[in-house]
Amino acid sequence: MSELATKTKHTVSKKSQKRNQESSLWWMYLPSFAIVFLFILYPFINGIQLSFTNWNGFSQIYDYVGIDQYKRLFTDPTTWVVVKNTLLYGIGSTVLQNIIGLIYALILNQSIKMRAITRTIIYLPVIISPLIMGYIWYFFFSFQGGALNDALQFFGFEKINALGNPEFNTWIIVFVNTYQYVGIAMIIYLAGLQSISKDYYEAAHIDGATALQRFRKITLPLLMPSITINIVLNIIGGLKLFDVIVALTGGGPGNASQSMSTFMYDLYFKRQDAGYAATQGVFMAIIILILSLTALVYFKRKEIEA
Amino acid sequence: MEQLKKRNKFILTIVSFLILLFHIIPFYIMFTTSLKAKGDFSSKWVLPKELHFQNFQEAWLTANLGPSFINTTIITIFSAVLLIFFGSMAAYPMARKQTRLNKFFYYLFISIMIIPPLTALVPLYKMVVNIGMMNTYEIAILNNVAAYMPLTIFLYAGFIRSTIPKELEEAAKIDGASTLGTFFKIVFPLLKPVTASILIIACVFIWNDYQFAIFFLQDSSMHTITVTLASFFGQNQNNLNLVAAAALLAMLPMTILFLFLQKYFIAGLSSGSVKG
Repeated sequence: MSELATKTKHTVSKKSQKRNQESSLWWMYLPSFAIVFLFILYPFINGIQLSFTNWNGFSQIYDYVGIDQYKRLFTDPTTWVVVKNTLLYGIGSTVLQNIIGLIYALILNQSIKMRAITRTIIYLPVIISPLIMGYIWYFFFSFQGGALNDALQFFGFEKINALGNPEFNTWIIVFVNTYQYVGIAMIIYLAGLQSISKDYYEAAHIDGATALQRFRKITLPLLMPSITINIVLNIIGGLKLFDVIVALTGGGPGNASQSMSTFMYDLYFKRQDAGYAATQGVFMAIIILILSLTALVYFKRKEIEA
Repeated sequence: MEQLKKRNKFILTIVSFLILLFHIIPFYIMFTTSLKAKGDFSSKWVLPKELHFQNFQEAWLTANLGPSFINTTIITIFSAVLLIFFGSMAAYPMARKQTRLNKFFYYLFISIMIIPPLTALVPLYKMVVNIGMMNTYEIAILNNVAAYMPLTIFLYAGFIRSTIPKELEEAAKIDGASTLGTFFKIVFPLLKPVTASILIIACVFIWNDYQFAIFFLQDSSMHTITVTLASFFGQNQNNLNLVAAAALLAMLPMTILFLFLQKYFIAGLSSGSVKG
């Protein structure tokens, strides 16, 4: 395949060069586009089609059932549990990662002792598989012999079943996801802080502005581009959370901590309900698109105002 | 004033030290767990009485980590090379030639970043089964390349636009070099810093991939590290010491790579933010 591809590329390249110096050179992104089309765009479009069927996931025969799966989606109580969790994972981790990441960046932008090692340790989890991160925190939170319960018992408290408690375990998932990726937010904020000219602060200092005023009138507005990219990145990352949930709770108890990704996986592989899984997939894509585009437009506008 | 500054700095140092401690806790717990013998039910906070290094050997052998390391390495290296080769080539015209067609494709690639590839899991899985690519390196590689191609193009295009002088390529053109020749001989070597960033970011993400691997590499001979770990965890719920040892082994290669190439990793992650 590659030989043929290079051959065609060469002939096309010579032709287009002769034709026009300002040509698009589109053949240079043709291979990349082919891969992305075949493995993301085409399946995505195909998924919309499958969401109108009752396919079970393995049979060659299935029927088009119109909007039945969508009706099912909107009346299925599990959908709303799962959507609520997904939003909590997406928005909850975004808020936490940004607030904590900004605080970390502000502290670690000062010349203090052990700054480099502290930064490294904070973003070390970014390079660890979220699945392993989940297991590491499992050692901490698990009911039998978890580090948290060891500590609670040592101080004379009752053991708690943190991961088995449906009221509580979704927040633990948010916490673990935040712990893992707060480093990215911190790095982006640090880069943003370092790009702000010191002159502004000196001028404000001469005018007698307090630290809080300087933060609100100089730092925050000039950090807007970093805030935008962080929020969009975090929302996308949080909404598609999968590995951490598998490692910590497996989506349970029942469906209590299931996200749309893990629910889709269950529907397809455990319940042979592929048509409905495709419907959930389309719904998830719509939610992610709406949320991230809203955030993008909203914060871009703020950037311009600032 | 001076004194106030000194005191503030002291408080900040304490606070940052507490942050450091907090972030070390999970690693500390994993470390002590991985070094305790099977029957040792002492508190997770306490260091083991004797270091039970056999856990690592036992985990390596019983979890069958060796073959998974090989599978993961093959998938990671091939995906990263393809990403860099096709991604840099794709970014070049989009960064240089502002035609309508190029703008359209640039924004198309960028918007794909928002869609998680797994929302299309069902049809993708169907397609992979139909074309007989289940349990192959090829499908794992192509899926990963597709998933990280938009990010790769975004980073390369930004770098080419902001740092590579156009005159260089124009001089090469006068010499009569072909476009592809100019690109790989003259432009590509100048992209080294961003190539390093993309290489490490892609390696880390692909090495850690679980979602694609669990769907498309279900045959145990094809398992990657994360899939192996997940099933190992399922079998060893009451022997978490082995799980901790296996997890530590699994994260070692990327941790080492990261500590050496930290600079590039951070540059890659933060470069998007500076330009907005």
